[in-house]
Amino acid sequence: MSTDISIKKGLDIKLKGAAKPTVEAAINSKYFAVKPSDFHGVIPKLILKEGQAVKAGQPIFFDKSNEDVKFVSPVSGKIIEIARGEKRKILSIKIEADSTQEYMDHGVLNVDTASQEEIKSKLLASGCWAFIKQRPYDIIAGVNSEPKSIFISAHATAPLAASCDVVLKGQEEVIQIALTALSKLTKGNVHVGVPNSEGSVFSGMKNIVTHRVKGPHPSGNVGTLINKIDPVNKGEVVWTLSPQDLVIIGKLLKTGQFDATRVIAFCGSSVSEPRYMTTKIGAELATILYDKGIEQSAHVRIIMGNVLTGKKSAPDGFIDFYNNSLTVIPEGDDYELFGWNKPVFNKISSTRALTFSWMFPNKEYDLNTNTNGEHRAFVVTGNYEEVFPLDIYPMQLLKSCMYKDLDEMETLGMYEVAPEDFALTEFICVSKQPHQEIIREGLDLMIKEIG
Amino acid sequence: MGLKSSLHQLKEKYKGTKMAPAFNALHTFLYMPNETTKHGTHIKAADDLKRTMNIVIMALVPCLIFGMFNAGFQHYAALGTPVDFLSWDAFWIGIIKVLPLVAVSYGVGLAIEFLFAIIKGHEVEEGYLVTGMLVPLIVPVDLPLWMLAVAVSFGVVIGKEVFGGTGMNILNPALTIRAFLFFAYPTWMSGDKVWVHGAVERAGTADAISGETILGSYAQNADISYSLSDMFFGFIPGSVGETSKLLIIFGALFLIFTKIGSWRIILSTIVGALVMGLIFNGVVDAGWITGTSKFYGLMSVPFWQHLLIGSILFGAVYMATDPVTAAQTNKGKIIYGFFIGFISILIRVFNPAYPEGVFLAILLMNVFAPTIDHYVVQGNVKKRMKRMQTKTV
Repeated sequence: MSTDISIKKGLDIKLKGAAKPTVEAAINSKYFAVKPSDFHGVIPKLILKEGQAVKAGQPIFFDKSNEDVKFVSPVSGKIIEIARGEKRKILSIKIEADSTQEYMDHGVLNVDTASQEEIKSKLLASGCWAFIKQRPYDIIAGVNSEPKSIFISAHATAPLAASCDVVLKGQEEVIQIALTALSKLTKGNVHVGVPNSEGSVFSGMKNIVTHRVKGPHPSGNVGTLINKIDPVNKGEVVWTLSPQDLVIIGKLLKTGQFDATRVIAFCGSSVSEPRYMTTKIGAELATILYDKGIEQSAHVRIIMGNVLTGKKSAPDGFIDFYNNSLTVIPEGDDYELFGWNKPVFNKISSTRALTFSWMFPNKEYDLNTNTNGEHRAFVVTGNYEEVFPLDIYPMQLLKSCMYKDLDEMETLGMYEVAPEDFALTEFICVSKQPHQEIIREGLDLMIKEIG
Repeated sequence: MGLKSSLHQLKEKYKGTKMAPAFNALHTFLYMPNETTKHGTHIKAADDLKRTMNIVIMALVPCLIFGMFNAGFQHYAALGTPVDFLSWDAFWIGIIKVLPLVAVSYGVGLAIEFLFAIIKGHEVEEGYLVTGMLVPLIVPVDLPLWMLAVAVSFGVVIGKEVFGGTGMNILNPALTIRAFLFFAYPTWMSGDKVWVHGAVERAGTADAISGETILGSYAQNADISYSLSDMFFGFIPGSVGETSKLLIIFGALFLIFTKIGSWRIILSTIVGALVMGLIFNGVVDAGWITGTSKFYGLMSVPFWQHLLIGSILFGAVYMATDPVTAAQTNKGKIIYGFFIGFISILIRVFNPAYPEGVFLAILLMNVFAPTIDHYVVQGNVKKRMKRMQTKTV
């Protein structure tokens, strides 16, 4: 069974510095870190202390509000530092890796015969549960939530996003194991969105429903997939996963080991040789960045993730838990003479207001981090709708979040969205409003008030 | 040390002070700021509000220049000593009569904007750049400058700033200014003496000249002394910038092409006007209204000619499309525009004081725009509720 999804609204942002589809091993990092801030809304309760030895896959902390959800170490080694910020908030748990890796044995599971409970407890104990997110609220899935279906988008349309064909190559066996396990956790289906091309990793897989997705970004966002196939109603829950995490889940179920190895795209116009690399979750970025990457003195923005939804990082940052691209673009903290009225050829625009990107749909751009204007109140209307394929009124929803009207947020479709769905509207926003932040704060308010 | 770095140092110096918004407004006029993304998307599209507003101003400039020539052309034509349209004599009248209107409009309006920005500690927003350009184009050429200054102050403060500034206002500020003028100083805003430079001061004297607009003539069931081509190209008396339909159409195409103006509003306003015009034509054809009726003149105007007279086109292209005060949903825009056109022609025909009805129609629909949007959005909400109910069943 398969249905095709075709969207017209959207915008492909083509940037310079796409990763060449060759995968090489990154230099082994000595230092790793687990950052609780990767997990939105989780209040960490430490299990291990500073100075203790840890195995790969051994829990380091759990979620205070849900003790079953464990977070594990990506490597074996010694916990060398627990960095704390204001009010003793845990910022990161740093681990010095051993030269030979030891894995904690979580036990093998035959997914074809295993029960729902067995699979669930295995994922929870091994730290793999954190890979499963839920909507509403875009947070780690509730342990007792019953998803009506599970969505995975294997169609990377975000700018410079890592291609699933490259990242998942050769992992078919473990992916199938993970998908079979997931299919037992829902009464509905596991929906997988794949690009138009034939012969994707997912073609011929069992226990899933594949959907061919066509159209510009955000056709590859899992939120688009949900909205077009089975939108979330009040009281319902769907789960979402990133395809790359299926590999880790599958390996765990097959071998009992939490193997944090992940293929990432090292890309962006500031990277001298953009390419794919094998590294591990939590690896220190400094070991990756300077190897055929950027100059030590380069004035750049290092982004963990893609340029639309990623997090600002630094050479002493770490590969985060969810993203599989590391993007580096130039900083844009310079003035531009008459930048507001002169014709623009080197930037992307969704209008034709003396901006000419509409003439060169296939040109690759070298964009920097300049905001191209100042923050203003919402003025222009109708432009968000052009890049927003969901059946939701984007500006009205954003405004309802800003004036914190819970009823309106609910009826306008807040249960269906995640901040990333508003990345494109934020990109084109003439008033330079922080859409993703507004949505995130709105979702957090709903968690607090409605639960 | 270059200009760029000197200005940067000044900006740092003024940072956090009361004068910072004023300085920044001038600074960002010259240089796009060095601000970088903090959270959310790391890259941003090229457009900002300044660019958007600038496009509208560019679309208005031809109307302004034409209006300057036309001011002199109409003046000398009424005096009985016609000059060429594109002559220095005609343009000179434009310079001494129209440019001061522009200067006062911008001067007073921007001064108030700066003042509010400094008091409230926010950046100077760009909304007035367009309003300031629109205002001189929608008033009679002889309007005393002090009246304009009073009206601009009223329009900016009551029409916009009390609501919270650009983006928050309910009524179109330029039309609020025009409405204020219209109701406060009616003798300077309507009638047959205000549309041509010199007509007011000569009224009642031996040198009196007539500056009747076409609408005025129709309303009095009088004959029209202008040809259709004059009306289309704009060689007629009227508000400063509204007369040339050709240039307005160019402006509309430019706005639609650049995606700054909403084609939905422009098109539906025109359709609304044509429909109302057709209805009136039908009424006349049916014989319900005869030549003796005071409405006969305007009702019997062929429906499409309504677009050539008065300021319906100017209003549709430049005023109704103001995104802040228009309906904000795509469906809502079509309904909103249609009613503007429809009501404009209705007021035009039935208002005995023969002013132009467009500005009243737009202001009225400004008020109803949120209601239209509400019902359009409710459609989406209902769909969502229905989806949930069918699920539960």
